[in-house]
Amino acid sequence: MPELIDILIARYNYWVVICLMMIGLYAMMAKNNLIKKIIGMSIFQTAVILFYVSIATKHDASIPIIGHGHNGHHAIHAADYMNPLPHVLMLTAIVVSVATLGVALALAVKAYQQHDTLEEDEIIEQLKTEYLSQ
Amino acid sequence: MSAQFPALIIVVPLLTAIVVNIAGWVRKSFCFPLALAALTVSFLSAIGLMGRVMAEGDVIYRMAGWDPPWGIALHIDHLNGIILILISLVAILNMIAYRRAVADQLTNRLGAFYSLYLLFVIGLMGIVITGDTFNLYVLLEISSLSGYALLGMGGGRATLSSLQYLFLGTIGASFYLLGIGYLYIVTGSLNMADIAGILPTLESVSVIKVSFILCIVGLFIKMALFPLHTWLPNAYSHAPNPAASLIAPLTTKVMIYVMIRLILTVYQPDFTFIQMEIAELVQWVAVIAIVAGSVLAYKQNKLKRMLAYIIVVEVGYMVGGFWLGNAAGMTGAVLHILNDAMMTLCVFLAAGAVMSRVQFDKFEHLQGLFAKMPFTMIAFVVGALSIIGVPPTCGFFSKWYLISGGINAGHYAFVAALIISSLVNVLLFFRVIEIGYFEPFNTHNGHNHHPKPPMQEASLDMLVPLMITAGLLIAMGIYAHSLVTRFIEPAVLPSLLGSL
Amino acid sequence: MKRFSLICVLLFGAVLLYGSMDFPAFGDPESPASRHLSPYYIKNAIKDTAVPNLVTAVLADYRGYDTLFETAVIFTAGLACFLLLRRFRREPPEFRLYRHIDTGVTLIIEQGGKEPTDSNEFQQIDSQWVPYDLIIQKAAGLVVPFLQLFALYVIAHGHHSPGGGFQGGVIFGATLILMAISNDLRSTIRRVSEAVSSKLASTGVLIYAGIGALCLILGANFLNYSQLSKLIHVSSVMARSHGILLIEIGVGLAVAAVMVWIYYNLVSAGRHDEGL
Repeated sequence: MPELIDILIARYNYWVVICLMMIGLYAMMAKNNLIKKIIGMSIFQTAVILFYVSIATKHDASIPIIGHGHNGHHAIHAADYMNPLPHVLMLTAIVVSVATLGVALALAVKAYQQHDTLEEDEIIEQLKTEYLSQ
Repeated sequence: MSAQFPALIIVVPLLTAIVVNIAGWVRKSFCFPLALAALTVSFLSAIGLMGRVMAEGDVIYRMAGWDPPWGIALHIDHLNGIILILISLVAILNMIAYRRAVADQLTNRLGAFYSLYLLFVIGLMGIVITGDTFNLYVLLEISSLSGYALLGMGGGRATLSSLQYLFLGTIGASFYLLGIGYLYIVTGSLNMADIAGILPTLESVSVIKVSFILCIVGLFIKMALFPLHTWLPNAYSHAPNPAASLIAPLTTKVMIYVMIRLILTVYQPDFTFIQMEIAELVQWVAVIAIVAGSVLAYKQNKLKRMLAYIIVVEVGYMVGGFWLGNAAGMTGAVLHILNDAMMTLCVFLAAGAVMSRVQFDKFEHLQGLFAKMPFTMIAFVVGALSIIGVPPTCGFFSKWYLISGGINAGHYAFVAALIISSLVNVLLFFRVIEIGYFEPFNTHNGHNHHPKPPMQEASLDMLVPLMITAGLLIAMGIYAHSLVTRFIEPAVLPSLLGSL
Repeated sequence: MKRFSLICVLLFGAVLLYGSMDFPAFGDPESPASRHLSPYYIKNAIKDTAVPNLVTAVLADYRGYDTLFETAVIFTAGLACFLLLRRFRREPPEFRLYRHIDTGVTLIIEQGGKEPTDSNEFQQIDSQWVPYDLIIQKAAGLVVPFLQLFALYVIAHGHHSPGGGFQGGVIFGATLILMAISNDLRSTIRRVSEAVSSKLASTGVLIYAGIGALCLILGANFLNYSQLSKLIHVSSVMARSHGILLIEIGVGLAVAAVMVWIYYNLVSAGRHDEGL
């Protein structure tokens, strides 16, 4: 049992992230309102971003900007600076998730214009009656 | 110059996509020629690149001059070389076919349409050409985002189906991102070849297993394998024709390519087929996908919707064939990627040509089509024969490989499912052809001198690409053997021999 | 449906948990992720590119190809919102509201009525009437120039401090959106029209891709900025540093313009008449 607790404490960042992902995914699957689904999507994507950023962390390390003393005169120790790669990847992923959010909102706005509602089941109901009356 | 082919394939359409957007505001008549020229350059570079791969072996292009794994590398071998040619060819044919329809429908938004069209194609070609797992994600999102916009632009029912596609597509892409994140944690690398070198040395197999499951499930969603296919029929059948017949042939096929690439290059076949112990499960899922897809396709009463369900069936073929894990099955799956893209393009173009004259695509509106549009219907019949799998069309040969793969693996349920679905396809297409050929003469019993409807063939710029596509289906059938021995077996066999 | 999704989500969480048991501990400097690729970047970035901000160096140079498509993603989103929402044919609204500037009296003009033309006396206001608020308008107008200056600083100083094209571009775009919120959409569109924002977005991406293509024309691989040293007569390392600055400017331009473009389309549902 104490071992398990050690494992839990040493990796608490991942538990937090996994909980956030589950919340986001649940909102995307179970909610009926389109905007709530979009919010769930954002939570899910942000949780993935958090997951990556937490990989970059090193204990007792500084942000990945080399200080001014290091103009080739001193050796640079990799352990002093955080891992820059996940930050770079997540800069990209943030932009991607913003872009997805924009397109999703555009589609939601369009759906609202057409159907006057944002509840998915009501829209499907409208489409069904429209289809039967054709 | 030939050293720069890998970059040209991507860069020329990208620069043009940007310029086309400006041209859309300044002078609309420039949009189509610019976009077509860019895709042609891409197509020619892809052919040149394939020639180089066949002469010299794998080509590695170091982006920005940095060596992999520190920089991003493009990696071209036999497998993705041929798929690059396929993607650019499909995009060119479809763009020519719908030139007039697009110009009529989207007067003020022409620049944005062609720009997104090019970005979609760039996204797919970038996915195929890249040797970097994260770069693949970024390009996946480019092609998805432009795909959502193109599918949803028509309004009406397309809006909700496109939004639902967006939700599922985002879940799929995020799963993939999470999967490569799990890989990154234990390997510290993003380059495919580099990861492949590190993975066998690792002890923490559970992480690799989870990352594999995440990536593959994400791709299953994106490629619409049966229980996860729900987005596909709505998105494709409600979409405007120019978008549907671009996206339907390409998206699912490229996602299957990504699955094959991940398994052959990154995770390696012996991890996938021996350590994971899910090959049998996936095979059965594919069997269910084939049977259920066929049943669902049979229940539809609209042409485009029926074709959309046939895509679900074909995805089952390719996934099942690949996961058989033997040479014949994998060869069949890769060959079927090429064939299925062309035949889907053929039948979707034919459906688009029909809908340019008939407006609706419910089956009862299709009466007398053979008299009205004979050339379109001939091309449609060629596409249908290929989907059914009748020689000498190309569909026969990939099915032949898939079936012999199933027999070699002893998986007779898969073989049976393939044959059953082919029979269902016969029923499906015969129903359409029957309505198109016989119906007007049967409606008025008694007098046979019913006036023939006047010939109303689709416009020439639609007919020519359609005919080329139908001709290619037959040509690919006739040259299937050399296609397999020269392109596909060099792509599949070495990675199999190396491990299994 | 709810129960089914709950089961799916729990299954998903369980799979993730199973995988994360073997992860290195949080903040472990000896984890594989910190040992394989990143030490190379940390040790060599200054030598290779003369950029102390490692994130900028990796983002714009080592993985510049990713970043090019990151910019293209934003551009795609702008195009997508435009293609999905924009409607050029404008059906006239049932009524319009005009406010007499001196007295503050609001006129309701129904469809077909004569609308006041003198823009010095009357000002059109949104039909979902927002109370005229002098304080908000003036305060926003006061901070906007400083915010824009800050945005330019963030773009230009990305080499040495957190920042760069994306961050600066977003701040710059936000200032224009702030103007649209505090005044109204029409006056902002008069300043930065839709066509201008769309063309600027294109130009931004074009700068990035064009510099990459220039390197290709100069004889190296795509995006290899060291080739720019042939044009600007500096060492190839400094050429990389300058190349990064140029593409950051392109990225900033593209992001700012696309933000504004998306805002125009989303907020007015593609009609470009009335905002929030």
